[in-house]
Amino acid sequence: MSENGLLLAIKNLRVVFYTEAGQVRAVDGVGLDIQQARTLALVGESGCGKSVTALSILRLIPDPPGRIAGGEIIFKGRNLLQLAESQMRNIRGNDIAMIFQEPMTSLNPIYTLGEQIVEVIKLHQRLKGRPAWEHAIEMLRLVGIAEPEQRARQYPHQMSGGMRQRVMIAMALSCSPAVLIADEPTTALDVTIQAQIMDLLKELQQRNQMSIMLITHDLAVVAENADDVAVMYASKIAEKAAVRDIFAEPLHPYTQGLLRSLPRLGGKRRRLEVIPGSVPDPLHFPTGCKFHPRCPIGHADPRCQQVEPGLLEVQPNRWAACWYAPGYEDKINEK
Amino acid sequence: MTERLQKAKKPRHSENYWLNVWSRVRRNRRGFTGLCFVGFMLLVALFSPLLATNQPIVCKYQGKWYFPAVVELFQSRGTGPHWINKSPPFNLPQFDAKHQLDPQAFAIWPLIPYSEYEQTANFLSPPNRWHWLGTDELGRDLAARMIHGTVVSVKVGFVSMGIAALIGIAVGALAGYWGGWVDIIISRIIEIVICFPVFFLILAIMVWLEPNIINVMIVIGLTRWTSIARYARGEFIRIKGQDYVIAARALGIGHLRIMFRHILPNSLAPVMVSITFGIASAILLEAGLSWLGFGVQPPSPSWGNILRTAYDSLGVAAYMVYPPCVAIFLAVLSYNLVGDALRDAIDPRLRKAA
Repeated sequence: MSENGLLLAIKNLRVVFYTEAGQVRAVDGVGLDIQQARTLALVGESGCGKSVTALSILRLIPDPPGRIAGGEIIFKGRNLLQLAESQMRNIRGNDIAMIFQEPMTSLNPIYTLGEQIVEVIKLHQRLKGRPAWEHAIEMLRLVGIAEPEQRARQYPHQMSGGMRQRVMIAMALSCSPAVLIADEPTTALDVTIQAQIMDLLKELQQRNQMSIMLITHDLAVVAENADDVAVMYASKIAEKAAVRDIFAEPLHPYTQGLLRSLPRLGGKRRRLEVIPGSVPDPLHFPTGCKFHPRCPIGHADPRCQQVEPGLLEVQPNRWAACWYAPGYEDKINEK
Repeated sequence: MTERLQKAKKPRHSENYWLNVWSRVRRNRRGFTGLCFVGFMLLVALFSPLLATNQPIVCKYQGKWYFPAVVELFQSRGTGPHWINKSPPFNLPQFDAKHQLDPQAFAIWPLIPYSEYEQTANFLSPPNRWHWLGTDELGRDLAARMIHGTVVSVKVGFVSMGIAALIGIAVGALAGYWGGWVDIIISRIIEIVICFPVFFLILAIMVWLEPNIINVMIVIGLTRWTSIARYARGEFIRIKGQDYVIAARALGIGHLRIMFRHILPNSLAPVMVSITFGIASAILLEAGLSWLGFGVQPPSPSWGNILRTAYDSLGVAAYMVYPPCVAIFLAVLSYNLVGDALRDAIDPRLRKAA
C-alpha cells in the first residue's frame, strides 16, 4: 500500500524526571517510527517507560517533575517538541488522540457522555449546537453503543467499563485523528470485552486509515493486532521488528524470555517460565547492558556487564540491542 | 409507544453526586435541623417587610384595595415591576386604625404590626401582648427589629462569603493547578493572611472607612478567603492528577477550560463546607463589630447593635438581651451543623455503613 508512509517519527527521545532521590531517565534515547494505517505495539514491563514515551508525543509529561530532555518527534514534517503550546493543543485530540488504561476514571463524572464528546467536537471542528450533538451520537453509534441517543444523556457512572472505553474511543476518534495512542486500552477490562475493544479499534483503523500506537504488556494482544513491535526494557528499546519476525525468532534475550513466559496451547502442560529477577530500579541501573543481571546468556559475560550495546539494524528491518543478537557483531565491525 | 419507552429510559438522576450528598445531609438529623433553621432565616429575611411593618399587608380603604406592605417589600428589594414602584404611597395617618377599624375598612396586618424604626409610647416595656419581645429604650418593637436584623445577618453571611469564595477559589485554583513557584508564592501569601488578626484588622479598617454594612461585608470577604483557598488548592492538586483531567488534556482542551469546567465543579463540595463555616463566622464577626459600633449603624437594626442597646440598659431591661443572643447562637450553630453534615456527607471515610 502506498499510504504506508512514515507518519510519526520519534528520534532519540529522552525524558528525565527530577525526583528528590535523583534524576530518573524514564526514556533514554528511544526511536520509533509509526507508519500510516499501521499498528505499532510498544511492549514492556511496568515502569519501563512505555507510557512516558506515549505522553511525551502529546507533550503531556507532568512538568515538574518530568522534562523532555532531548530528541525529536516529527509529525507531518513538524517537530512537535518545538511547537508552541497553543499549536500543540490543536494537535491533541485533532491529529493525535489518546485513550487510557482506566476507562472507569477517564471520563469526567459530572458531565453526560454527550456533553463530553461535544466538547471535543466543538473545540476542533466548526460544529456547534445540533450538528455537534448529532456528530457525537454518530460517534457513539460508530463505536457500537446501542441506543446512542439515550446513552448520550447519561453519566459515566451509569456505564460499564467496556462501554466507557468505547465512549473514550468515540471521544478520541471524534475528530478523525491520524494517530491514535492507546495506552493499555484493554488492561482494565475482562477478556471478552478486551477482544471486542481490540476488534473495534481494528475496524476503525481500517475505516479511517489511522495509525495506532498500542501500548501494552499483553503479548497476545500484540500478536493479534500489531503490525510492528518495539520491545522496551529499562527506558530503552531492546528490540524492534515486524510482528511476524519477533514472534518467529526473537533476537533479544529479553524478548525471548517474554515469549517463553507465555502459556502455549497444545503440547505438554508445564510450569510457565519466568524471567529471573525484576525490573531494575531506574535510579540505579546496572552498568553495561541493563538486562545482563537477568540475562540467561550474558549475565557472566564481562562485555555485557561493562559495555551497553546500542540499538542496531542487525538484519533488514530488524533492530536489536544485544551483543549476542545474530549479526550484531558484524554490524559493529562494519562500523 | 416508542416515545413512552424513551421516557421510561430517561437517565435516573438519583445516583447523581449532588443528590447523593443531599440525601446524606438529609439523613443527618442535626444537619437537617440546621438546614431548616437556615432556610427559616432566609425566609424571614426575604419577607421581613411582610412580617414586621406598620402598614397592612392588604387593606380596603374608602372602597379601594391597597397592598402597602407588599409594595414596601418590592420597593425595599428594588426589584419590583414598574407599576409597583410607581404606585402611590399608602398614607398611614389616614388609616390610623391599628386598634379600632373603620367599619367599612378592612385590613390584614402583619404578624408584628410595627416597623423597625417606629417609636411607640411604651419604652422599655417587657414582653407583653402587643410587643411580644418588649420594646427598647426608644419604644421600638424588639420583635420587629429582630426580624429586620435577620436581613443583615443573612446578607453579611452570604455576600461576604461570596466575595471570599470568589477570591479563595481563584487563588486556590491557581496555586493548586499550576503548582511550582506559583503555588509556593500563593501559599506563603495565604499563610500571611491567615496570621492577620481579622477582627482587629477590620476594626482598624473600619476606623478609616465609613462604618456601614457594605464595608463590613467587603472587609470580611477580603480577609476570610484563606481557608476556602486552601481547600480549593488541595482539591485542585488532587483532581488535576485524575485520569479524566489528563484525558481532557490529551484531547486538546485548554488550561482555563480544564480548570473551570473540569476541575472546579468536581472540587466544589469541600469548598462548600468551608464556605458554610465561613458564613457562621462572618455572622459572628458582624455581630461583634455592630456591638462595638463599627458595623451596622443605628437606627438600622442588626442583632449586634440590638444586643448593644440591650447591654446599655441591662439593669432595667434584661429581657432585651435574650432575643439577639439566642438568634446569634442559633444562626451560628445551625450553619456549623450544616457544614458538619456537608463534610460528613462528602467524606467517604466518615460515611456510615448503614
